[in-house]
Formats: sequence, structure tokens, C-alpha cells
Amino acid sequence: MSTTARTSDLSVTAAPNSHEIAFTRTFDAPRDAVYALYTDADAIPQWWGPRRFRTVVDELDLRVGGRWRFLNIDSDDNEYGFHGVFHEITPGERIVQTFEFEGAPGHVSLETLSFGDDADGRTRLTGTSVCQSVEARDAMISSGMEGGMAETFDRLEALLAGS
Amino acid sequence: MSDQLSETFAALADPTRREIVARLAVVGEATVNELAEPFAMTVQAVSKHLKVLEKAGLIVRGRKAQSRPCRLSDNPLGGVVDWIEIHRRRTEDRFDRFDQLLQKTLQPQEGDAS
Repeated sequence: MSTTARTSDLSVTAAPNSHEIAFTRTFDAPRDAVYALYTDADAIPQWWGPRRFRTVVDELDLRVGGRWRFLNIDSDDNEYGFHGVFHEITPGERIVQTFEFEGAPGHVSLETLSFGDDADGRTRLTGTSVCQSVEARDAMISSGMEGGMAETFDRLEALLAGS
Repeated sequence: MSDQLSETFAALADPTRREIVARLAVVGEATVNELAEPFAMTVQAVSKHLKVLEKAGLIVRGRKAQSRPCRLSDNPLGGVVDWIEIHRRRTEDRFDRFDQLLQKTLQPQEGDAS
């Protein structure tokens, strides 16, 4: 149950019977630049959420114990909130935080983001999400909470168009 | 394609039915009247669409209440799509946008060179 990206070098893995989802991707930029952009509240609305949503940074308190909260807002002004607490902030190296979708309160996952040096001055970003159970992990992957349903239907439409 | 899969695809080939499924994915549960509201069609017509979706296993309907509220079944598209692939595409899309921004920040600002 793992796939490797075609256009970028992104790889996403979700091993069967595991509580974890992981990804890794490299960027042609120094580690500090990747970290700086990743934690830039002004930039987050431009990349964090799915395209069909507007993303608003409600809180981003980048310190241990600090909260983060982002909103995805659809064209009908429905808001979908996501929030968590930072548990480790090592600038340029590592961020550990919790993640909770407000539409499924109580399902908290622990996310670790690691920024590492890769060959040729590239930076390797590695992320893992550890869910509370295999079921919660699978629900997270399959849920429509981040616009997955819309993308599903785009894909289905493409399939249907080609059939 | 298995018969179940054909039925799922046929059910989703109709834009109204896709819209109904997409709305249920957001609101969780809704009655026929609530679902009919945004469409320029009768409750009876929407009811027919719901029957198709129910037969295809995409939605389930309550038995008790007279309104028989609809919701998505537990694994509505289980046989049709590979969820990890959707998750991967979502992650890829996110970091492609991130990468574009990153490359922009690394470029010298236009007008800097004189």
C-alpha cells in the first residue's frame, strides 16, 4: 500500500496494519530556506490547503506548547478547522506537533517534520503522522476532510470521460 | 469490471447524484427535502436519484424516521478508488505549490540588478 510520485520525488507510504502515514520529498533549496518558508504564516495560505479551499492562518504560535489553527473555507463560506499544539521546535531541523480536524474531534495524530540535508545542496523533508489506531489512520487517509472527496470525483469524472 | 463496480460508476455518472454524494460527504446526514433544496427538481425526482445511490451501496437511509435521512455508507467508493493514491495526490499537490513558492523566494528580486 505505497506509491511513488511521478512528477516530483514525493513518496507516500501507509503500510497495512500500521498507525502511521509517512511522506518524503526533496527540494532544490537550502534547509534554512525550506524551514523558513514552511513556517511562514504569510505563505501558508498559498500552499497548505487543497486548491478548492481558501486557507486562513488563525493561529501560529511557533514555540513549545504554542497552538496552531488553520481554516479551510469553501466557496459557500463553510469553514473546516484544523488545530494542534507544538511539542518540539528545533529551527531548521524538526517540528513535532499534534494535528486534529475539528470535524472529527478527539482523533488526534502526532506529526513529526524533519528537515535534512540531501545530496547536491538539496533538502529532504520527511513527515510522519502517527494516529491513535489503524482504523483512525485509515479513516484519515480516506476522509473527505481535506477535499479528498472533490478530488475523488474529479478523478472519477476523468475515468468516466475515458470509458 | 464487476457488476457492483459498474453499478457504482453508473450511479456516479449523473452530475446530480455526484452532487448529492458530495453534499453528504460534507453535511453527514440529510433528508430528501434538504437534498432537493438546491436543485431545480421535485422531491420525487431527487428521491429516484437516492434510490439509485442506495442500490449502488453509496448511501444508506434511516429506517425509523419518516424522513429517512440519508448518509454515505461506511466505505462508499471502496472498490473504486485507491485512497492512498488520493492522499498521495493531495500531498503532492500541496508540496508542488510549496516548491513553486520556494523557488520564487530563492530567485533574486526583479529590479535588484541595476
